Amino acid sequence: MLDMRLYMAQRLSALVMAPFVIVHIGVMIYAIQGGLTAAEILGRTQGSLFWFLFYGIFVVAVSIHAAIGLRVILFEWAGLKGVALSVISWGIGLVLFAMGANAVWAVTA
Amino acid sequence: MHVAEHGSVMNVTVQRGSADTPTRTETFDVPAYDNQTVLDVVSWIQQNADPTLTYRFACRVGMCGSCAMMVNGVPRWTCRTHVSKVLDGNKINIAPLRNLPVIKDLAADMDPFFDKWVAAEGKHHPTRTREEEIAPVDPQAEERQAASAGIECINCSICYSACDTVTGNPDYLGPAALQRAWTLYNDAKDADRDAILDAVSGKGGCHNCHSMGSCTAYCPNELDPLSAIAGLKRATTRRFFGRRG
Repeated sequence: MLDMRLYMAQRLSALVMAPFVIVHIGVMIYAIQGGLTAAEILGRTQGSLFWFLFYGIFVVAVSIHAAIGLRVILFEWAGLKGVALSVISWGIGLVLFAMGANAVWAVTA
Repeated sequence: MHVAEHGSVMNVTVQRGSADTPTRTETFDVPAYDNQTVLDVVSWIQQNADPTLTYRFACRVGMCGSCAMMVNGVPRWTCRTHVSKVLDGNKINIAPLRNLPVIKDLAADMDPFFDKWVAAEGKHHPTRTREEEIAPVDPQAEERQAASAGIECINCSICYSACDTVTGNPDYLGPAALQRAWTLYNDAKDADRDAILDAVSGKGGCHNCHSMGSCTAYCPNELDPLSAIAGLKRATTRRFFGRRG
């Protein structure tokens, strides 16, 4: 079920995600020193092209990576095949992207 | 280690049935002897208790790869498995190889297993004709050593039966076929590496492997299909980035 194309998409999206996860967690640990408020977060992210691109690319990578991973589980464990498998996998990817993109836009716009 | 006492009896459960009949289990009392193999037990049942019991074997010495079965849920060469190693109390459970259709009783249908060897391009692509001289092979070359590590496979299907990815994905080519492809890929005398990489890059190809490693853990010849499959993943990835494998 995982052909070369899907395999590379999942591996490359993982490669993209690795440094993003480290920076994401690193900034969180750094930012909560001395307390944390919504205003402080929004002050950092609103209008920032850097954080828009950072979390925007992160969301794209997560959507691709998670959809392919869940596709394998749905095929091997739930027995989904063919069109149903493709539709549900694309659906998972698109929902994750929509939710992530919505959140990124909300804090950076 | 349990050593059978003289005169003691083992309780042996055997899976019966064929593709046309529902499978069921039957239990036999089999006399225990010293140095008895699981194949000896199956043969004793067929010769003394039920002549209709169907099973497959040939060499009896671990060379031919015919007698593999599930013994207490684990794929094993029955001819090279001593009863004393697997006896659970005084019980043994014997079933046909997992992940393959059953012909009858303990004889699994090996067709899907061998079809996948062909599908994985497990065949030689010659570099020379018979009129030319034989190409010299350097046994010390790194690629030759990678190929040599996998060529002692005797096609017994133990790894194929041990593989949970095969269970979940019937299209998956499986460890033995992919290891064969890897040995040919590393063979200096093979002329079509691209055809091999194409064959292992499809829907049932090497990229489905979850690296669980049951193939390497259960191989009775102590081969390492897990590393062979990892090699194919690396080679196909290098080719994806435009580098020769």
